[in-house]
Amino acid sequence: MQTRREMLAHSATVAGLLATAGLLPGTALAAWPQAAFDAKTMADAVKALGGGAPAESKEVSIIGPDIAENGAVVPVGCATTLAGVKKLLLLVEKNPSVLAAVFNLTDAVEPNVNARVKMGQSSNVYAVAIMGDGKVLYAQKEIKVTLGGCGG
Amino acid sequence: MADPMRIRAQAAGDKATVRVLMSHEMETGQRKDSAGKTIPAWFIQEVTATHNGKTVLTAEWGPSVAKNPFMQFNVKGAKAGDKIAINWVDNKGDKRTDEATVS
Repeated sequence: MQTRREMLAHSATVAGLLATAGLLPGTALAAWPQAAFDAKTMADAVKALGGGAPAESKEVSIIGPDIAENGAVVPVGCATTLAGVKKLLLLVEKNPSVLAAVFNLTDAVEPNVNARVKMGQSSNVYAVAIMGDGKVLYAQKEIKVTLGGCGG
Repeated sequence: MADPMRIRAQAAGDKATVRVLMSHEMETGQRKDSAGKTIPAWFIQEVTATHNGKTVLTAEWGPSVAKNPFMQFNVKGAKAGDKIAINWVDNKGDKRTDEATVS
């Protein structure tokens, strides 16, 4: 027979364990697309966000260094000349979690964002634009990293 | 409570360039401490930017965004004196909002 107090203490321990294991998000963020961040390939990440098959496009550009000395801080920008962009994504192909960031754009901002990402090793970096009409366009660039930014 | 963000918003023509520097550890959940134990992931998950109270950009981030994240974007139609506010929430539920005036 388990008392209520014991049960409460027990469930608190379990919750604590889950939290430290990173299984339990601190808050229920319904909008955060867990599936997209768990994806291992660009196509899977795009699919999890509701996009179709990605196609390479010249109208999407990715800005970044050719060689990044420190993989912990790699400045990457993505931009497009097209109108009607819904989301801009930054992905690093060889990171444990491919998807780095999703930017949901509105009409009030230009489809041009910059951020800094971590890179575990030299790999391709993708800028993906998900358009309002469901089209998915991407650009890629290989960035060489001399010092990894993940793990260690 | 985390340290304040540094936000700079500069008007240029009919748009304003907003640069945000957040102060956050951004632990990936991949690293191990000296005792060989995995350091739990701790990163900013959601970022919201508002211009005079109207949401103009939201972002969802994963653990591969760099430590002390930097973000830059352009807000159309923003002019000097307008308010730009940035709000983030991390995976531990910690949050912070800071506001800047376009100059």
